[in-house]
Amino acid sequence: MPSTLPPGDPAPPDGVLPAAALDGLGNRPFGVYVHVPFCATRCGYCDFNTYTPGELGSSASPQSWLEGLRRELDLAARVLGSAPPADTVFVGGGTPSLLGADGLGDVLDAVRSAFGLASDAEVTTEANPESTSPAFFSAIREAGYTRVSLGMQSAAPHVLAVLDRRHTPGRAVTAAREAAAAGFAHVNLDLIYGTPGETEDDLRASLDAVLAAGVDHVSAYSLIVEEGTALARRVHRGELPAPDDDVLADRYELVDDTLTAAGLGWYEVSNWASSTAARCRHNLGYWLGGDWWGAGPGAHSHVGGVRWWNVKHPARYAGLLAEGLSPAAGREVLTEAERHEERVLLELRLAEGLPLAALDADGAAEARRAAGDGLLDPGALAAGRCVLTRPGRLLADALVRRLLP
Amino acid sequence: MSTFADTTFTPPERIRNFCIIAHIDHGKSTLADRMLQLTGVVDERAMRAQYLDRMDIERERGITIKAQNVRLPWVARDESGSDVEYVLHLIDTPGHVDFTYEVSRSLAACEGAILLVDAAQGIEAQTLANLYLAMENDLTIVPVLNKIDLPAADPDKYAAELAHIIGCDPDDVLRVSAKTGVGVRELLDEVVRQVPPPTGDAEAPARAMIFDSVYDTYRGVITYIRVVDGRITPRERIKMMSTGATHELLEVGIISPEPKPCDGLGVGEVGYLITGVKDVRQSRVGDTVTAERKGATEPLGGYRDPKPMVYAGLYPVDGSDYPELREALDKLRLNDAALTYEPETSAALGFGFRCGFLGLLHLEITRDRLEREFGLDLISTAPNVVYRVVMDDGTDLVVTNPSDWPEGKIGEVHEPIVRCTIIAPSDFVGAIMELCQSRRGQLGGMDYLSEDRVELRYTMPLAEIIFDFFDALKSRTRGYASLDYEEAGTQTANLVKVDILLQGEAVDAFSAIVHRDSAYAYGTKMASKLRELIPRQQFEVPIQAAIGSRVIARETIRALRKDVLAKCYGGDISRKRKLLEKQKEGKKRMKTIGRVEVPQEAFVAALSTDEAGDKAKGKK
Repeated sequence: MPSTLPPGDPAPPDGVLPAAALDGLGNRPFGVYVHVPFCATRCGYCDFNTYTPGELGSSASPQSWLEGLRRELDLAARVLGSAPPADTVFVGGGTPSLLGADGLGDVLDAVRSAFGLASDAEVTTEANPESTSPAFFSAIREAGYTRVSLGMQSAAPHVLAVLDRRHTPGRAVTAAREAAAAGFAHVNLDLIYGTPGETEDDLRASLDAVLAAGVDHVSAYSLIVEEGTALARRVHRGELPAPDDDVLADRYELVDDTLTAAGLGWYEVSNWASSTAARCRHNLGYWLGGDWWGAGPGAHSHVGGVRWWNVKHPARYAGLLAEGLSPAAGREVLTEAERHEERVLLELRLAEGLPLAALDADGAAEARRAAGDGLLDPGALAAGRCVLTRPGRLLADALVRRLLP
Repeated sequence: MSTFADTTFTPPERIRNFCIIAHIDHGKSTLADRMLQLTGVVDERAMRAQYLDRMDIERERGITIKAQNVRLPWVARDESGSDVEYVLHLIDTPGHVDFTYEVSRSLAACEGAILLVDAAQGIEAQTLANLYLAMENDLTIVPVLNKIDLPAADPDKYAAELAHIIGCDPDDVLRVSAKTGVGVRELLDEVVRQVPPPTGDAEAPARAMIFDSVYDTYRGVITYIRVVDGRITPRERIKMMSTGATHELLEVGIISPEPKPCDGLGVGEVGYLITGVKDVRQSRVGDTVTAERKGATEPLGGYRDPKPMVYAGLYPVDGSDYPELREALDKLRLNDAALTYEPETSAALGFGFRCGFLGLLHLEITRDRLEREFGLDLISTAPNVVYRVVMDDGTDLVVTNPSDWPEGKIGEVHEPIVRCTIIAPSDFVGAIMELCQSRRGQLGGMDYLSEDRVELRYTMPLAEIIFDFFDALKSRTRGYASLDYEEAGTQTANLVKVDILLQGEAVDAFSAIVHRDSAYAYGTKMASKLRELIPRQQFEVPIQAAIGSRVIARETIRALRKDVLAKCYGGDISRKRKLLEKQKEGKKRMKTIGRVEVPQEAFVAALSTDEAGDKAKGKK
């Protein structure tokens, strides 16, 4: 069952944005996110908006989705008016690699024709190791992709089994090497830690495999048992133990120690990169208040303080667009206070940190207390920035509640 | 239904005033119901079970809180064989230890008492205490075994027990079943035969004793009186002798069992007065009512001001309910002369009231009524008795709240003690003695009531009784023990205040005054309980128990290590902001002690433990 959309206001059928939201468009980084809502099978832990062929039946197909996507991107170009060329493109899902290299090429062509691409654009696609090959990587590199993000999750077979992942443990590492060989300078591996049954040694082995793959970027997430997933049902039934926060904290520290020692530094709570250039610019856009258009079923967008999200079902999505309507299901026009809250909660997650000046007097005083508690870096604070220490990274949400009025 | 008893100024020799002394569940209300029916004042159809117990709480707990009384017509055959009309006043007594004084005033309004005992269970401690009280008041005791229809009834055994206690012949013990009505007619005849008629001087200035005083929303205060001398008539103004306050009489009446106005009340008669006053404090139990003009100069004996014995803080769980709590207390006070309260602020619990009660049951009933009748959700702090603290420098203080415990050199502390009576099967004597000893009890004596039932008499600090003693007693005797106690002055004791500190800050709601020997146990118990209840914070939180500056116990709440969402991408942001806003709302409901955020529920849980009181002691 896919995750639920947030409550919000109705979105206008023509997709038009308030004029204020368009102010300064082009002065901020502009990204395009494309959501591919297809998977071969559903993994037990996943609550993303994605569908298997069995779930969709004849109501939607990659063809009808691509048709809708083209229409939405055209709508986007009209709504944004003088839209700048995209600085970043991120094709996520779902399983984008299920589209095949040709399909991914079509997607990128659609973005190009709607907005154009900046000359140094970062173009990422997610891929599942089992649906890739050397030929696939060469073809998408050729099509214009510059970055690949592979869902590795773990090197331990029993952990992959709990997660319902189908690839064999060594496949992700091989895929990463194949991508590099095809000319990808930027490859990310995704790890999930804290899966029931995963031992510390399992995680060490996964980290060793990651490092052996020689990637320049790693994302590592503690397993979140999302309500409504098969995993949540198994945990509720007592078949699997719920992840323990103290264990998750230990695992996080192990990940951070290992990656740091290997030259991958954290730049966001769950993201590590070997250099500034290796950081994912598209994701940085999310965290730094950038503009992006999220196209595809259930995709979220943000432009100038307006957030909106599309209807989730691919059939409904394609249907609305075929009628010339916006696929948006709802939106929210953020108040100044809400934008400020978002800024604090997002920027605090970054290694660059949050400017101390962004906090009010109480928040600043609380920041100093947090430094005393060991959650913020005292040196950075003296220089006017709130930068999380490692214990602080693990308590970032709790700290945000302290810093905000 | 009208009867000859509706006319007042009945000659005293045709009046019998009596009450029923019984333990909870021994059938007092059922017997009273049967009497109402037999005397014809309530017909079968109008019969409401337990007619005399009005309040829901009373019915649920099976106890009578405020006394009611009823005037009954009864025709008894005299020795010559002719029928004689009598007026019986059944005066109901409140049935719990906390209301000993009110019981004593009800007894003082009677000449006789039916001692009603369950034929399957025998006499219980509380009944025994009230029986002794009745005997001290020179009441004629009519011993009765009830529930003789029960298969488990053992009337011979318990008749012997009653005979032993009151010194009569076992054959004199009447046997009834209030449920079926068997023997009730004979019982009423015996009341007429055995209970002496009231005596008083009809020509003397009016003197009537107030034995109950009830606030009624529509009529104001309804005062129940027993006339001793003279007469009370609706035409004259009356005077309350304890205060000298005078009131116009709006109505004089009798209850049979609905209120009926009458022309007045004569010697020995029982009825009610309505004066238009709105607060039961203006019409106090035990006070003497006289006429304003040519009134009596000497009050009847036995009046005393209600005196709180137990104090506790009452706080609304939701701080915004504070005004409602004040209003509710103001309303309850109209009907409860013994309830005292004043505003109090606690760092942990916010705004509330320090309330004084006659005892633990009074506290619980009050709290129950506040929650039930006024829809409030309350936390009460641990109950506290009244201490007298004499400092080395001679300062003399009264302490009813641990936070008023003095800092300086303490010379002597005086604490209230009680004489308690425990009745239990003899198998449990060892367990009871052990318990009483651990609560600083001094054995005063022990008697076998029958072969297998023992009465134990202890002198104990009241503070030990109000602190989970009932529960401990019940659990050690599998529920068979019954308990009663009465004030017995004070004693000096080695008492200390134990503070509970969170990260170095004392949490006022958890401070307690305990005997030095129990300080460590209290400290450890509270510290470990709080460690379980308080959520982990972003820093380590020490919990300490301390006497003054000396730490006697310590626990640590380990610092929280993880509170961060791993993923925060485009679609997560709105969700995350909304979650944050919800969490901030939750944070507002937290109480902050120093820097430690404590959810209100943690205080509630820490304070409302099994040890906070004996929820069901009315059923004991």
